[in-house]
Amino acid sequence: MAFGKKIIESIRSSQLWKSVFRHAPPLDRRNRILAVVSNFVLHIHPVSVKKHVIRPGFTWYMGAITFYLFLLETVTGVLLMFYYRPTLQWAYNDMLALRDVVSLGVLRELHRWGAHAMVISVWLHMYRVFLTGSYKKPREFNWVVGVLLLVMTLLLSFTGYLLPWDQLSMWAITVGSNMARAVPFVGYEGPGQQILSVGGIDMITGGSDSRFALLGARVVGEETLNRFYILHCVAIPLVCAFFIGLHFWRIRKDGGMSGPK
Amino acid sequence: MHLDPQEFVADMAGFLGWYYVVVAACNAGAVWYCIARRRFFWMLVWAAVTVGFAVAAYQAFDGRAIALDEAVKTQIDAFIGPVSFTVGTFVFLVVMYLGRSFFVLPAVAWAGLNAALLFMGVSMTDPEFAAVVTKPDNVPIVAMVFLLGIFTWWGTAQAVENDRRLAQGRPPLEKDYDQKVLVWPDVVYLELIGMIIATVVLLVWSLAIQAPLEEPANPVVTPNPSKAPWYFLGLQEMLVYFDASIAGVILPVLMIVGLMAVPYLDFNEKGDGYYTIKQRRFAYIVFQFGFLQLWILLILIGTFMRGPNWCFFGLYEFRDPHKIVAASNIKLSELFWSVGLGQSVPQVAAGAGFIVRTATIIWREIAGLTFLGVYFVALPVLLSRTLLRSFYRQMGVTRYTIMIFMLLMMLMLPIKMVLRWTLNVSYIVSLPEYFANF
Repeated sequence: MAFGKKIIESIRSSQLWKSVFRHAPPLDRRNRILAVVSNFVLHIHPVSVKKHVIRPGFTWYMGAITFYLFLLETVTGVLLMFYYRPTLQWAYNDMLALRDVVSLGVLRELHRWGAHAMVISVWLHMYRVFLTGSYKKPREFNWVVGVLLLVMTLLLSFTGYLLPWDQLSMWAITVGSNMARAVPFVGYEGPGQQILSVGGIDMITGGSDSRFALLGARVVGEETLNRFYILHCVAIPLVCAFFIGLHFWRIRKDGGMSGPK
Repeated sequence: MHLDPQEFVADMAGFLGWYYVVVAACNAGAVWYCIARRRFFWMLVWAAVTVGFAVAAYQAFDGRAIALDEAVKTQIDAFIGPVSFTVGTFVFLVVMYLGRSFFVLPAVAWAGLNAALLFMGVSMTDPEFAAVVTKPDNVPIVAMVFLLGIFTWWGTAQAVENDRRLAQGRPPLEKDYDQKVLVWPDVVYLELIGMIIATVVLLVWSLAIQAPLEEPANPVVTPNPSKAPWYFLGLQEMLVYFDASIAGVILPVLMIVGLMAVPYLDFNEKGDGYYTIKQRRFAYIVFQFGFLQLWILLILIGTFMRGPNWCFFGLYEFRDPHKIVAASNIKLSELFWSVGLGQSVPQVAAGAGFIVRTATIIWREIAGLTFLGVYFVALPVLLSRTLLRSFYRQMGVTRYTIMIFMLLMMLMLPIKMVLRWTLNVSYIVSLPEYFANF
């Protein structure tokens, strides 16, 4: 025991440790505060919170779980990208390889079930925020950011759904993206699309409408796979990360977690 | 697909056995809880339930799991339809809301959870039910139903408690935990434990259920039914009642905008930062109706009850791809002119000019346009002077208009459902000339 303490002591007093953690062990009030404010990862937290905030009954912890799932999706997603090629030739074969050949064979499972869980936890988080009236002044704008994050979660899940390139994914995306051709004015089956015509020639056709913009083609095909891959792995996660940062920053700026006055 | 039920129950023996073991263990936990709190009556009740589930587990392992009689299943399936399901769940939610101070009692809620778990276990002996529920991508929805039930109970229980306290002039229970604690260690350790638990749950889930991978994508073989991802099935279900431009584009956009507008429309300053229902009844009812009835329950219909050709199927019904439902939908204009007035529907004459054409179309759709005019213009004005007078006064014209428009658009869905069920009306206003139907 004494020996173990000695080792810990020598690690803590080493130049290397002290260069990373600049405070003494968090055993007293001062150093516990320093542990939070001087740590890059932890400094999104306030120094102290009211006790009701950490009761499971109040928040259900759903916001934290959602953020954790976002991180988990990022890590497993990057690992999956090492194995996956978004082409008609390889996409499905890489799925088979991920299932049958790759070590740590639960990578795709973790990613997929994590995604489903994230959709559910976002809904439950929003449900809780509504039930406790936590969107009220001064937190109105953070609720708006939260709705955007909800939409992005659904879009992330939707774009990822196509990537396995099996019957389930291709037809689910076909059904979902068929909505895009019914967009008013800019979908070729949408109301009012015939208004956009020049000299009797329609501007909005199956090859130029909103659905085409989404799919990169008239039907779900390789162009769509590429588009959805980039949306799923780069574009939406970047935007999402920005709004997550904004969401957390605003919690602090709006006076921390809500509670009775 | 048509398995011998007896054989199927034998196949499910292991799963169902362990399922009942877990449920029995949960009830044993309830027994322990009651002993710790010296509630001996309930201890006996839950002990009896524990024994019951233990017996069920033994029977299931033995290949004799409790199953519903085929005749009973047929009865249930015959009763369940889009109308009875929607109306039934609505009545259920209303009863839950009105009797909430009874239903949140721990013993009542626990009994309800047990009943739901028993229903799941008994239904899992049915091959059709099991096929839908155990589809890998549907497992999260089953989990979501139980999670929503549990969390709704949890939130409502605290709201009921707070409403009681507020009526006595005491602060809400959140106020009892007013002391401050340091983030290190209280919060960071909680986060660490939470991450570990979440990781374990996901790992177990991933090891237990393989991610689905069907045949390679094939553009010439269309699955029947083709379903969107589960979280969009509420929207797909709305396609039954609306055109794609409404159900797939306009209503989703309005949902997002409407949700974003909530904090700016809800002018009630009470109920900020604690669970309560009585202090914000209007906001609560509108949100719960929209979320539970029009979002979650539509997803459940789309997932569990829609089969080939988007036909409605009972829980235990064979998903017959040849099932035919007579569709006799008519437009409101046809109902008005042909059925109501006994005349032919006004037709746009070939080669008619713009004005004549537009006038004819308006005349043809006069019934629907009148309905929409009354609904979206006259009704809000009327409400602003009667029922919602205080809302109008406190919100001002702009916010009141946005709020009432969002509300009326939301209520269009149940209205169109009822119109379809009762009068077979497909469109209130139909303008095929402009690809626009409402």
